[in-house]
Amino acid sequence: MVGNAVFRVEGLRKSFGRNEVLGGISLELHSGQVTVLMGANGAGKSTLVKIISGVYERGGGTMTLADQDFAPNTPAEAIRAGVVTVHQNINDGVVADLDVATNLTLDRLSGKGVPTLFNPARVRREAKAVADRMGLAIDLKARVNDLSLADRQMVAIARALAHQPKVLILDEPTSSLSSAEADRLFALVDRLREQGVAILYISHRMSDIRRLADRIVSMRDGVISGAFDTKPLDYEGAVNAMLGRKIHLDQIVARSSAKPVLTVEGLRIGLGARPISLTLGDGEVVAITGLVGVGKTALAETLFGVRKPLTGTMTMNGKPYAPRSAGDAIAAGVFLVAKDRATSGIVSGFNIERNVSLPFLKRMSTLGVLKRRLERATARRQIEELSIVCRSEKDEMSALSGGNQQKVMVARWMAQNAALFILDEPFQGVDISARRDIAAKLRASANGRATLLFVTELDEALETADRILVMSEHTIVGEHRNAEVDLDRLLAEVAGGPLHSAA
Amino acid sequence: MTLRDHAIRYGFIVLLFGLVAYFAIAADGFVSPQSAVFIFQSVAITGVLALGVTATLVVGGFDLSIGSVATSAMMAAAYVMVVLEQNAVVAVVVCLLIGAIVGLINGWLIVYMRVPDLLATLGMMFLLVGLQRIPTEGRSIATGMTMPDGSVANGKFGDAFLALGRHRFDFFIPNLIPVSVVVLLVLALLIWFFLEYTRFGRMMYAVGSNERAAELAGAPVKAYKIWAYVISGVFASIGGILLAARLGRGDIASGNNLLLDAVAAALIGYAVLGAAKPNAFGTAVGALFVGILLQGLTMMNAPYYTQDFVKGVVLVVALVFTFALSGRGRG
Repeated sequence: MVGNAVFRVEGLRKSFGRNEVLGGISLELHSGQVTVLMGANGAGKSTLVKIISGVYERGGGTMTLADQDFAPNTPAEAIRAGVVTVHQNINDGVVADLDVATNLTLDRLSGKGVPTLFNPARVRREAKAVADRMGLAIDLKARVNDLSLADRQMVAIARALAHQPKVLILDEPTSSLSSAEADRLFALVDRLREQGVAILYISHRMSDIRRLADRIVSMRDGVISGAFDTKPLDYEGAVNAMLGRKIHLDQIVARSSAKPVLTVEGLRIGLGARPISLTLGDGEVVAITGLVGVGKTALAETLFGVRKPLTGTMTMNGKPYAPRSAGDAIAAGVFLVAKDRATSGIVSGFNIERNVSLPFLKRMSTLGVLKRRLERATARRQIEELSIVCRSEKDEMSALSGGNQQKVMVARWMAQNAALFILDEPFQGVDISARRDIAAKLRASANGRATLLFVTELDEALETADRILVMSEHTIVGEHRNAEVDLDRLLAEVAGGPLHSAA
Repeated sequence: MTLRDHAIRYGFIVLLFGLVAYFAIAADGFVSPQSAVFIFQSVAITGVLALGVTATLVVGGFDLSIGSVATSAMMAAAYVMVVLEQNAVVAVVVCLLIGAIVGLINGWLIVYMRVPDLLATLGMMFLLVGLQRIPTEGRSIATGMTMPDGSVANGKFGDAFLALGRHRFDFFIPNLIPVSVVVLLVLALLIWFFLEYTRFGRMMYAVGSNERAAELAGAPVKAYKIWAYVISGVFASIGGILLAARLGRGDIASGNNLLLDAVAAALIGYAVLGAAKPNAFGTAVGALFVGILLQGLTMMNAPYYTQDFVKGVVLVVALVFTFALSGRGRG
């Protein structure tokens, strides 16, 4: 097998400004094989895909396709050369208002030598040929708008495959599909594998990976951190290479709590998911870790009242807790620093001061009239507390670095006392020193509330939490006290399979 | 602050003063209390409408129905007094109710039926333009008019109601300030205080800037949006009351320019003091700006048809100030 790679990447580099995203990637894809690429957010997967598919220019290194130099300047060139990419966002791949036939032949509507007039009969004829080759059983006259997500994706893939590619890149293709829909995709991938296409399959979902992978390559911080091609594949090893510890950090002193704050019983957050039960205690910091898409955000939103659980009860300080909105949750002392600050945290039209006061305007006003002096004093205190680097509390948010923006988000919710403080991916897009500051602040102020973090990166859990829970497939599958953690067991739980290395 | 910042911040105010200075020299009689009052009076109704539409702009929406809400309120006031022979209080209450109900329906369409704001309020505009003509089969309403069934409408506009349009308060000079100007100033102060100094106003800005963040901060986003349209509808109906009181009849041909002028004033307001966002003070200045421009042009005998063109130019320039020069409009 080795040696006849159809597509080869060697020493690929890419930097954006001073920020190096890819630090010398080498990768081989073989005909008739599915190579799975794993990597956490920010590992550089999408940059790699964009270079291969001709969206970005590479910063250094070589790429060869069937022993020929491969250097596409545009996505169209990459496709013509035989490297086809299906991007993650399904709706980017299809035009929703047009019918299936037109979508299947969309790439033939422009370019040199294409007739000016649109001939529906010819389009339908060509589309039928494309669909037949793929075994696609979709009404060609149907509007894409009326199709399910899976069917839309099939259309996008079918169009891509009409070029008879040598290399097919699928970027998280199942992230918005149901499991039945995913099965159809897998059957298609199997067929393509038999036809000898080299497939690069990017995914976080362990069930996908177990089902499809011939090889696994793990990426971390812009380099390949592990390659696995001997069967049976070492899934835990791959997860470890993707998430494992970079540097050995000082162990934190794990605390335990005697006084429960939140008790959750029989909470189901996804169809077919096993119920979740957990207890969070006063003064402890608990981290829930797991791969992307295992329901961490869904659980955070359920606790915060913006998503309804299917079943289950919650008790907060001895009283029933069933929030129906974020407002209810906040009134009960449950605060959430939501994932992805740019879309769900920062009000870009507001300066630091107004961003900090946002959730507590009611507590900062009399008869609806704001107490501006209190607002300013609060903002100043919080800037001091979290050592936010800024000129004053009147600074615009856009003037701050990512780490400082995140500190403002944390400062917002620490301005008042919480009973339960939830942070969903609080370290995303945050530099290491801001991350340390935030983690230290969380631990130092932990008494008097329960603190719950949702993180994908194991390091982040290990350096902040007293207790680590592992999530997989919308439920909690493991629990570890953060002292002498059995990393092998933890990684096996993250990878979602039975533990087969007993060591 | 760089020169550019200064230009963005004070550019429009400087332009406003420049305009006043120019007309003061070029147009005889431009600088006088009467002229100033005339300008205020001419912008009072559009100003009230503009303040209302500002509320919807703040939550990231838009209200195209304000002009037709105002004319519907005017027709309703006339109908209530002339045909139904009711008093001024009933007429005012009916008008305000119409504004509130239209606002509620607009908000419902946008929030719950998910109709895009421009389309929902455009639909409402057409609906109201038609609806206001149905009771009288397209006729204007005045005392002594013949109804479709052949009877004669004998009611008349109450004196109290007409006073809203015609009474003038003494201010140094006797009979100087019209009621409509006082209404404008009071409403401007109210909405300014509401938007800048209450938590409700603050939340409305948050909703307009990042709806999801506002929701996750505990704000009832849907309610805020609907309230914004109710404010807009009620303000438009107040404008309609003032219009009816000034005309003394329900004139189906009047009020055509209300929507354009009000929207222009609110959008010009973005540029005032470099705010780059909808704001009550800016809207008031914007309305004043349009008023001064039109009054000056009129006094210089510019033909009426050049006025819309000049208004358009001013609006485009103001939008460039806001979006291109400040760069904040992009975020």
